[in-house]
Amino acid sequence: MTPIIELEKVSHVYSEGTPFELAGIRDVNLKIEQGEFLGIIGHTGSGKSTMIQHLNGLIKPTAGKVYFKGEDINASKETARDVRFKVGLVFQYPEYQLFEETVYKDIAFGPKNMKLSDAEIDDRVREAARFVKLPESVMNKSPFELSGGQKRRAAIAGVIAMQPEVLILDEPTAGLDPRGCDEIIDNIKEYREKRGATVIMVSHSMEEIARTVGRMVVMYHGHIAMDGTPRDVFAKKKEIESMGLSVPQVTKIAERLKAMGLPIDDSVYTIDQLMLELTALRGGGIRC
Amino acid sequence: MLRDITLGQYFPGSSVIHNLDPRTKLVVVFVYIVLLFVGNSFVSYIVLGALLAACIAASGIKLKMLLRGIKPVIIILIFTAVLNIFFTPGTPVFTLWRISVTYEGLRMAAYLIIRIVMLITGTLLLTYTTSPLALTDGLEALMRPLKKIKVPVHELTMMMSIALKFIPILIEETDKIMSAQKARGADFETGNLIQKAKAMMPLLIPLFISSLRRAEELAMAMESRCYHGDDGRTRMKQLVFAGRDYAAFALTAVTAAVMITLAVFGF
Ligand SMILES: Nc1ncnc2c1ncn2[C@@H]1O[C@H](COP(=O)(O)OP(=O)(O)OP(=O)(O)O)[C@@H](O)[C@H]1O
Ligand SMILES: [Mg+2]
Repeated sequence: MTPIIELEKVSHVYSEGTPFELAGIRDVNLKIEQGEFLGIIGHTGSGKSTMIQHLNGLIKPTAGKVYFKGEDINASKETARDVRFKVGLVFQYPEYQLFEETVYKDIAFGPKNMKLSDAEIDDRVREAARFVKLPESVMNKSPFELSGGQKRRAAIAGVIAMQPEVLILDEPTAGLDPRGCDEIIDNIKEYREKRGATVIMVSHSMEEIARTVGRMVVMYHGHIAMDGTPRDVFAKKKEIESMGLSVPQVTKIAERLKAMGLPIDDSVYTIDQLMLELTALRGGGIRC
Repeated sequence: MLRDITLGQYFPGSSVIHNLDPRTKLVVVFVYIVLLFVGNSFVSYIVLGALLAACIAASGIKLKMLLRGIKPVIIILIFTAVLNIFFTPGTPVFTLWRISVTYEGLRMAAYLIIRIVMLITGTLLLTYTTSPLALTDGLEALMRPLKKIKVPVHELTMMMSIALKFIPILIEETDKIMSAQKARGADFETGNLIQKAKAMMPLLIPLFISSLRRAEELAMAMESRCYHGDDGRTRMKQLVFAGRDYAAFALTAVTAAVMITLAVFGF
């Protein structure tokens, strides 16, 4: 099967030809399969945001090609615009893009641009609001009256309402409280399951990535340094740390326990996995 | 992208030109502009052009970057040059139908182009090699005497430096919001004028709101660091003239003398 999105030797140089020339990403090759949940991590300025903006044609590669279902998305203006509805991108701090008089209208902005019927738009807006757990009561409020967390949800709903086949989120939980983070992640998981969508998520939280995604990509100075399952990636603790990142706390605990002489697997990366290891050690019985 | 706009941009560097005192650069550029209009012969423009060329060479700024600034005015430039060529009375070089191209007209047009090109390149060289902060500091120092007649010099330059600092931030923000709305299918390019103006709303409203927020935050941050205006304020970087500044003044004085002599004797 052809991958849903493919990057082929993609490079992007910002401000090419000026003294400020700077390579955002270099020679990136990446294949994303239909239905995958892909996590992207990397230090600040490693090119994560630059890379994901290529996936829906918002920025054009200065070299290389981007394919959506095997078709070059930058072939023409029309294909690029078309792909934007199929590949939904939620930007970093999306709440700053809200602009309509009411939350409802703001969520409807995307579907409206898709030239859908009014009934269809209404359906989609309500469904998207339900996905992100925005109560009906805020729909007629001004988006600027909402709390930070609610604004974030409204902005995410604005993209979900377009029902994209691929949903990309750039640090969707940055700056939210732990409860808010969990809720948003759950909403995203639910969207993926219900729609069979492909999801790509950038995050700075190793814990969040570890317990959510099936595959992860590590970016380092504009290129892809690692690509694999969380278990594969977090097993390379030294490498991860040399890139200014860290492994999840749980992995560190397991490692310490192992160093202290307990015969456990130190490549665990979620609390549940560690629990299993520990209970196995006690000889069964989940009773801690 | 919007970010590639270069007007009013600063390219950090460590050349002699970069290191000159901002006051020196401001004065020299001012004199240079006056001289551009004093000059009225090709010889005088060669003299002034040599000075400009030397400064450009010393600054290490690529000529391409400087010429980029001329792009926006190119149409006006051609238009006025053409007007000058056809409508200046004098000795005709040749006559097309009933309009004649005169020798004086050609010369006027050439002067006009030379003046404007040199004016833009010269001022761009100033902004490319001087950080906005240094520029406003220099301006404030030069305008200090005006305080005697109750001109709020410090407040004016502070406003200017804040405005200058916000330009790149606003451009970046515009870029970002534009991308975000494009991701939701906004179309800023097609349609007639009214449609285009309407399409700008999703860009302008968030931009406006974030500017207000930024302004408020900045005011708060300045006040919480005890900013209270000009009185009793000290500076981390004191402006001091160095040897190179005196050299620059001397060079400018000599050029001015040459230019004025040329103008007086009609070369
Ligand atoms: N519009 C732009 N113009 C010029 N340079 C840019 C632009 N956007 C990003 N860059 C530069 O490109 C590099 C990669 O930036 P990018 O935003 O992709 O990083 P990131 O991995 O998303 O970082 P973060 O975790 O902080 O969001 C950085 O060095 C950044 O300064
Ligand atoms: Mg980013």
